[in-house]
Amino acid sequence: MQPHPQTLYEKIWNAHVVDRRDDGTCLIYIDRHLVHEVTSPQAFEGLRLAGRRVRRPDLTLAVPDHNLPTTVRVDADGKRIPIADPASAAQLAALEANVALFGVPYFTDRAAEQGIVHVVGPEQGFTLPGTTLVCGDSHTAAHGALGALAFGIGTSEVEHVLATQTLLLTPSKTMEVRVDGDLGPGVTAKDLILTIIGVIGAAGGAGHVIEYRGSTFEAMSIESRLTVCNMSIEAGARSGLIAPDDVTFAYLAGRPMAPSGADWDRMVSYWRTLKTDDGAHFDKRVVIDAASIEPSVTWGTSPDDVVGVSGMVPDPAAMADPVKRAAAAKALDYMGLTPGTAMTDIAVQHVFIGSCTNSRIEDLRAAAAIIGGRHVHPGIRQALIVPGSGLVKRQAEAEGLDQLFIAAGFEWREPGCSMCLGMNPDKVPPGERCASTSNRNFMGRQGPGARTHLVSPAMAAAAAINGRLSDVREMMA
Amino acid sequence: MNPVDQVTGRAIPLGLANIDTDVIIAADHLKTVTRLGLGAHALESLRRVPGNVIDDPAYQGATILIAGANFGCGSSREHAVWALMDRGIMAVIAPSFSDIFSGNAFKNGMVTVVLPQPAIDRLMEVATTEPITIDLTTMTVTTPYQDRFIFDLDAFRRDCLIHGTDEIALTMENEAAIGSYEARVEALLHSPGT
Ligand code: SF4
Repeated sequence: MQPHPQTLYEKIWNAHVVDRRDDGTCLIYIDRHLVHEVTSPQAFEGLRLAGRRVRRPDLTLAVPDHNLPTTVRVDADGKRIPIADPASAAQLAALEANVALFGVPYFTDRAAEQGIVHVVGPEQGFTLPGTTLVCGDSHTAAHGALGALAFGIGTSEVEHVLATQTLLLTPSKTMEVRVDGDLGPGVTAKDLILTIIGVIGAAGGAGHVIEYRGSTFEAMSIESRLTVCNMSIEAGARSGLIAPDDVTFAYLAGRPMAPSGADWDRMVSYWRTLKTDDGAHFDKRVVIDAASIEPSVTWGTSPDDVVGVSGMVPDPAAMADPVKRAAAAKALDYMGLTPGTAMTDIAVQHVFIGSCTNSRIEDLRAAAAIIGGRHVHPGIRQALIVPGSGLVKRQAEAEGLDQLFIAAGFEWREPGCSMCLGMNPDKVPPGERCASTSNRNFMGRQGPGARTHLVSPAMAAAAAINGRLSDVREMMA
Repeated sequence: MNPVDQVTGRAIPLGLANIDTDVIIAADHLKTVTRLGLGAHALESLRRVPGNVIDDPAYQGATILIAGANFGCGSSREHAVWALMDRGIMAVIAPSFSDIFSGNAFKNGMVTVVLPQPAIDRLMEVATTEPITIDLTTMTVTTPYQDRFIFDLDAFRRDCLIHGTDEIALTMENEAAIGSYEARVEALLHSPGT
């Protein structure tokens, strides 16, 4: 009998079933667990209270990122500069105490490897194809770019994984998002995923794991694939996946935590089997033509409020669905926008290039290419560039990108989540507007009353130079 | 977690769709190392609007929240559940929830009830004057006007909620299976760095 054709998701899922209950719920083994300072203290506390240990510290990796300030961390003598906010300092201290007590591998706030969990995992080779990977952060979906089944979990589940290295899960439905063809000039992975979210809707992927398939994804670097998979959660999906291929293997080869030697060869031959079989069933399918995609920008307070940069602010009155109409009206009120305004007529006061969506070296190079020798517009109050990790920062500095950014009027910061979630001192003031390469334009996400427009790094650089949202294609040589 | 088989009380008819976890509890309040004390900041941005329904004296002491579709979307922060529970909200009724939020709610003994929009509309109306009852044994939401809406909840979750099961202890009973799984794959999936 022929085995029935399986999706990539089913293959990884089936390889991790420890126990299957009658109702279909499975105990799933977790191969990799990333831990950060914000969603872990209560989990470690739970372990302590119950007298439990971390079952597999060797499969766990902790790094602070969310609330760490992005200002300089050591003084001229190499001594640590204390964090001013006592609550942030206490949270970092709690993580340090917990990793020491439970023996969890840890990158300190001053380590060269420190950075955003979702940048660090792939960069270290901690993230591997065919693994199950979790983190107490919804953008864990990013790691699917390397063919890992990766998803965000809450703190109770963090505790569950720490204690048992498993999770009790029900299988997700599957969705194929197929995109073929070349992206146009100035159109990036970010524009593609924003467009996909606009098509699927912010809740359209609920209960599903998306597999991104087609020549457009195959042609992408791992950095771009990370950008795509990262925002799967913004379409409501549990996770995003891209089948591992030679691009993946080339990216991983030689990374500190990746296998090497004979192990490497054996793993690569296993990884090559990790693709969806012909004729496998998806519960939903979405097809998008790469050539139809423009540089994109959000106008509202949900990531599916997206429009091509040549478009304009939509008119809620023209929306047929009453729920959408009400939400759009509320969003425009919050955003301080009038229907019919051209997107490129919207002035911004802040620019943020960073976050786990767009803070890798490729993103910084793309921003630098647009800036060239130009200068940030006088109407911009703050333009921040926050590399995703210490290693990205070093690489950028080796290429002289930091000098180009600083000369242009940007601030060059230490790695962390920064203005993506407005938890550390990097915030957009109330009522002010930010062109941001992050992933969420929710009300108050970048600070109370902050107005966010999600864009690609190249589009953010263009907005910084012009002081308004801009079509990056007009600025390309 | 505490066992729960019924939630009854006044329900706040909020009704908005896409209430994300940044709205439920802003990032500024996540710098805590405990689960307690977040209630004061729950739904802060909505409560800043004068005349908002959450602060309406009619709903003081409410135990239920009625919301629109995709409730709890966005960040995985379990603080969203802790904040609502700290305010006394023990159940949320909505047409749909984000996967992570409903999972987090369940782990803390908070009940999430999915009902179709017409049922939500009716409950929003009743909630303005009357209490509502959610019963996990019969899987119904009822009102003093004899409304009776049946909802679905998987048997495992329902059992855990009713018995207040410690899921970690439950999984630890599978230690032998976990150990033998590890032995089986150890040859294939190596620890990082080895
Ligand atoms: S950069 Fe933003 S989205 Fe990414 S992990 Fe940090 S807070 Fe979450």
